[in-house]
Amino acid sequence: MSVTNIGKQFGGLVALKDVTADFQEGQITAIIGPNGAGKSTFFNILSGALKPSSGTLRFRGADMAGVPQHDYVHRGIARSYQITNIFPNLSVLENVRVAAQAFRSRMNIWADRSADRDSEDRASAMLASVGLSARAATPAKFLAHGQQRALEIAIALVADPALLLLDEPTAGMGPEETREMVALIEKLAAQRTILLVEHKMKMILGLSDRVLVLHHGQLLADGTPTEIQANSEVRRVYLGQNDGYA
Amino acid sequence: MSVIKNAELVPAPARRSFATLFSNVSRWRVPLSILALCILPWVLPSQALAVNVLIYGLVAVGYNLLFGYTGLLSFGHAAFFGAGAYATGIAIGAFGIHWFIAMLIGVLVSGLLATVMGVLAIRTRGIYFSMVTLALAQLVYYAALQASSWTGGENGLRGFTVSTLHLPGFSVNFLDPLVKYYAIMIVVAAALWFVSRVLNSPFGAVIEAIRENETRARACGYDVERTKLLSFILSGILCGLAGTLSAMHISIVPLDSLHYHTSGLIVMMTLLGGAGSFFGPFIGALAFLSMEDIFSLWTSNWQLIVGVIFILFVLYLPKGIWGTLISWGKSR
Repeated sequence: MSVTNIGKQFGGLVALKDVTADFQEGQITAIIGPNGAGKSTFFNILSGALKPSSGTLRFRGADMAGVPQHDYVHRGIARSYQITNIFPNLSVLENVRVAAQAFRSRMNIWADRSADRDSEDRASAMLASVGLSARAATPAKFLAHGQQRALEIAIALVADPALLLLDEPTAGMGPEETREMVALIEKLAAQRTILLVEHKMKMILGLSDRVLVLHHGQLLADGTPTEIQANSEVRRVYLGQNDGYA
Repeated sequence: MSVIKNAELVPAPARRSFATLFSNVSRWRVPLSILALCILPWVLPSQALAVNVLIYGLVAVGYNLLFGYTGLLSFGHAAFFGAGAYATGIAIGAFGIHWFIAMLIGVLVSGLLATVMGVLAIRTRGIYFSMVTLALAQLVYYAALQASSWTGGENGLRGFTVSTLHLPGFSVNFLDPLVKYYAIMIVVAAALWFVSRVLNSPFGAVIEAIRENETRARACGYDVERTKLLSFILSGILCGLAGTLSAMHISIVPLDSLHYHTSGLIVMMTLLGGAGSFFGPFIGALAFLSMEDIFSLWTSNWQLIVGVIFILFVLYLPKGIWGTLISWGKSR
């Protein structure tokens, strides 16, 4: 994935300006920045939810400008959401199964969905790997917060994406749940490229191969965690004010 | 100790049996519905009421596909019901077309209308979607009112009585109320089977996902707009089919069948029975029409009573009759 001179304006508000970056396969890249720095906008552009006002977005060499959002996942880009975004009244299994089904059948009104064993098997396996097998039949809205976060990731992962975008995967989690999530992300990173937005500095510095710092919609710094920690400008705008933060 | 133990043991098998009961009801939903429809004319006070339950039950089932399963609140479904009825009536009355072809024309016309209305309405969301469907349906109403040389205007469409259904090899006396009921029931049963298949299909899973969380469904790789449009069209076709049956049944198409009162009636029946469940809409139609039948004997202001009951349902049993039964059964 590479972005070149990406910009986004909402009316008169410039949310992103001239952001250029390349994301290497197999790396964990973290995007950080103070509130309002443009992280969410950047993320929404990378996942196709927003189209950039300027600049180009390429994935595996292909220009993504004309690609509708629902095709992103079919090209290998899946995302999770900051605010838990699941199908509340469907069972936990069905949440993941319907995501898996998108790769088998989308508009078939005549087949029996239970004949699609493949999607169901993939969904069951995915639930097992995030530790939700025991809750498979429960409506998703009854899960605890941490479990809903895990389900959120499972829905994105069942697409087996080459690029996984995680929007604050540990939002609202306690230390124990956060540790589990970090372990899960490290496990996932073995097979795919991961891009994440996070606030928890210690976690990011320990986990990422590379950190991008956004500030007022512009790319302030881009480097390894050690370089970012040493960057005086970054310390001034971001790290300093968050000393001791989680 | 042993007493407590026993007390704890009792609910478990009961819970299992309720769960099994409901999953069996769900598995056999089409045969069970057909069975219920077979005995309907024998348990209801009149056969006229039974036929109305069939027709409005089908309308509500078609509407439920869009409202209950896809999560789109349309206030314009009278347009499809009316269009199906008018198209069939005009095909038989003005062109002398065979009743079966006329029915197909009715379904086709309502499907085309649903495509046009769907394309225009699906871009909007929430209350705007409801208002656009309402406005488009009223447009159809006024078009029918103006084109009185075709539609009979305010007097409704008349003069296309079907007294005998000619089929290859035999014919059916469509004037005998009971024969008529079962003839219409066969069509409704086929439609119910169709809906059941659609709900069980991968597409059925997608529309539920869209109802639950449109953003997530799109991120999962589903073309939400196209899926909604297809659901809208299927829903319109089913309501159109009910319209053609209504036209054949009463041999007249009242202009009111296109009015937004009819759209409101469809929404009420679906909510009363339970949106988003297979049996709900039919039970809603049955409950609503039975109330009309009973209360209108006492007072001409029967709508007042039905209105109060409807409000009580919305306030205290928002899942409707069948929806409440299901959740009651599951929590046991």
